[in-house]
Amino acid sequence: MDAQTIVFAILALISLFSGIMVVTRKNPVHSILFLVLMFFCFAGFYVMLGATFLAAIQVLVYAGAIMVLFLFVVMMLNLRDPEALEGGTSFFQTLGFVVAIGFGIVLLAFLAGKPGPGVPTFPPGEAAYALGDAKSLGQELFHNYVFPFEIAGILLLAAVIGAVALAKRERV
Amino acid sequence: MIMDLTVGLNHYLILAAILFAIGVMGVLTRRNILIIFMSVEMMLNSANMTLIAFSHYLENAGGMIFTFFTLTVAAAEVGVGLAIVVTIFRNTESLDVRKLNLLKN
Repeated sequence: MDAQTIVFAILALISLFSGIMVVTRKNPVHSILFLVLMFFCFAGFYVMLGATFLAAIQVLVYAGAIMVLFLFVVMMLNLRDPEALEGGTSFFQTLGFVVAIGFGIVLLAFLAGKPGPGVPTFPPGEAAYALGDAKSLGQELFHNYVFPFEIAGILLLAAVIGAVALAKRERV
Repeated sequence: MIMDLTVGLNHYLILAAILFAIGVMGVLTRRNILIIFMSVEMMLNSANMTLIAFSHYLENAGGMIFTFFTLTVAAAEVGVGLAIVVTIFRNTESLDVRKLNLLKN
């Protein structure tokens, strides 16, 4: 058992725990904080997979910007009693629980089967770790994916305008 | 292969699958629209982890590029989604998804 496996096991346990906490806490603020913990674990996985640039982006954009936005919204909405929102368990919630468990079992059963052709079963070479750093990812992005990159910029602009237009509107 | 003690592609895929299922559970069983939204983010992230794991083990940068664009879309989605949450709260004074039944009648 090498160091990478031990780190993977620890991060996997933390992220599974915080994932379960996110969907079971009644207070949204607790959920948000557990989600931040989970996103940090994901950044750790990305580093282990050689995607160092995406790990940095994960911390900056997800754990930083997006979760702060969530916290701001919770603060702004000023929920007096968030626990009261979840009443007793309805039939459809039980059904949803069963469906989600079944979905997970189906996914795991699929993964437990024999891997198809082309699925790598060996560890990648040293070159795979240089694949995800800022230099090679930037070269790939600006050589082969310039047009999608521009479209992503337009999408962000549209999202900014849409968010402002939605949040600014008066009561209808 | 699952019992192998060195971490491999399969371990990442299994972890991502479990986290995705937990996200599905959150979407299907919760009533607070903010927590449903967070569960969706969780599902997006586990899909990202699958992409990066494949990208690493196939030694192909395509999955990482795709994750980059997924992150962009997720950021846009969160911006618009939270604006919608604020608008819903303004109109119904609540975050309960059961109150969003205007189109039901």
